[in-house]
Amino acid sequence: MISQTPYSQLKRDIASKKHPILKIENLKKAFGDNVVLDGFNLELFEGENLVIMGKSGSGKSVMIKCLIGLTEPDSGYVEIMGKDLLSLNQTELNELRTEVGFLFQGSALYDSMTVRENLEFPLRRHKQKFGVVNDTTPLVEEALNNVGLLSAINLMPAELSGGMKRRIALARTLILKPKIILYDEPTSGLDPITSKEIIELMRNIQRQYNTSSLIITHDVDCARVVAERIILLIDGINYAEGSFNELSNSKDEKIRAFFKN
Amino acid sequence: MMGTGNIERFFIEIGDFSYFTKRFFKEVFTRPFEFKELLKQCYNIGNKSLLLVSVTAFIIGLVITLQTRPTLQEFGAEAWMPSMVSISIIREIGPVIIALTFAGRIASGIGAELGSMRVTEQIDAMEVSGTNPFKYLVVTRVVATTLMLPILVIIGDAIALYGSFIVENLKGDVSLTLYFTKAINALSYTDIIPATIKTFFFGFAIGMVGCYKGFNCEKGTVGVGLAANSAVVFASMLLFILDFIAVFITDIFFEI
Ligand SMILES: Nc1ncnc2c1ncn2[C@@H]1O[C@H](COP(=O)(O)OP(=O)(O)OP(=O)(O)O)[C@@H](O)[C@H]1O
Ligand SMILES: [Mg+2]
Repeated sequence: MISQTPYSQLKRDIASKKHPILKIENLKKAFGDNVVLDGFNLELFEGENLVIMGKSGSGKSVMIKCLIGLTEPDSGYVEIMGKDLLSLNQTELNELRTEVGFLFQGSALYDSMTVRENLEFPLRRHKQKFGVVNDTTPLVEEALNNVGLLSAINLMPAELSGGMKRRIALARTLILKPKIILYDEPTSGLDPITSKEIIELMRNIQRQYNTSSLIITHDVDCARVVAERIILLIDGINYAEGSFNELSNSKDEKIRAFFKN
Repeated sequence: MMGTGNIERFFIEIGDFSYFTKRFFKEVFTRPFEFKELLKQCYNIGNKSLLLVSVTAFIIGLVITLQTRPTLQEFGAEAWMPSMVSISIIREIGPVIIALTFAGRIASGIGAELGSMRVTEQIDAMEVSGTNPFKYLVVTRVVATTLMLPILVIIGDAIALYGSFIVENLKGDVSLTLYFTKAINALSYTDIIPATIKTFFFGFAIGMVGCYKGFNCEKGTVGVGLAANSAVVFASMLLFILDFIAVFITDIFFEI
């Protein structure tokens, strides 16, 4: 499953065939004296799964929130599907957001709404993408079917288990059929079996819709299964990048620490 | 200890709150309007506080009458009872007590609700899915409290007067028609209009403070409790300040 070609060649291969759909250059962000990102770079190529690993508190969530306009970086350049993210106005940003799905670390389901209403919510403002939709039921059902939870359509989030919540959140992300999906720790807080199910879902989605995925995780199993490439975020920079095999066999202590179980 | 840090933080908070209020006025008049959500909030807010307001108002009516009656009786002035009670309830006690009750119920409720939405990233999720959370959550709630409090005060005033009537009826044997005729005749527009106008401001302040505290809630579950708690404290304080200003202005315009 994991290719034996050296990483540098792998990356060259990908880069020669595809163009980056998402690009971050020299991203910097500090909260007061707390410098979180100090010149972070990455390129996400079309159709690939890129995993970002980093310690808790290393700024992974801050970085991924900069990609969707939830956090404003201090400096740097972010390009998504050829557009300079930081120069977009609100309308253009919202339009771009229909192409970029975001799975929140804690699922972030609206707990005053049913599962159906949760899924319909993104459709309220993004109807232009599908034309005018009078009946959203087929879209909602398709998204729920994709995550195997059609039966939960009328439940409230409080009635769902953690794993089910994560799947509903994934369905809510998918309902707009995004080209890029940003996953913020899709398996955190879940047991190993449920984690596997979520990972399997992520791979199915990628195959079915040919999405490009940026996956933040510190779950080694998740990284092993989904990652084509891995970037390590340490001290606010992209400290190292490589394939799973290369990184897990690295001589650098800081890098190896991630892969010890 | 009240160091400079505290004073500084107080003024920063005032500044933030003013900015938040300015944003409200910018967003309330621009499209898209969230009418459906506004109606839902009006219903929720009214429904949540109606019983509480009614009970409080009824008891206030009873208590004022029971306590004032002996004094008036001493001067043989029981006949003035309905007029006295109605003026004091409509002008001051009704709006202030009901607004305080409302603040306790609604400002904390909104603070906790929006606070937990902030902490669990539901507000961020709204933003990402293209809905402006300020419009959807804040504008609807503030408009709803601004509209609902005056209605609740009118209902509460009527119930308080009814409570007062019950005492009068038991002790002094006055009929309902006579009592309310006297009570209403005692009122002039200068009692009713300023008192009603100020309840809109009270409702606005309560919604605004609840939303401000919730929307800017600190991360962590402690933050949610703090948001709910400080919303009530801040809202009650603001109510007294607004009431003082209202009484002051009324005095200038109507009493000279
Ligand atoms: N809004 C904020 N204000 C101030 N500091 C913040 C804010 N958001 C994040 N930080 C700080 O930025 C740093 C990185 O936080 P972040 O949430 O990105 O970590 P993370 O890598 O996602 O960790 P985890 O794996 O635990 O989710 C932390 O030190 C945090 O305190
Ligand atoms: Mg995180």
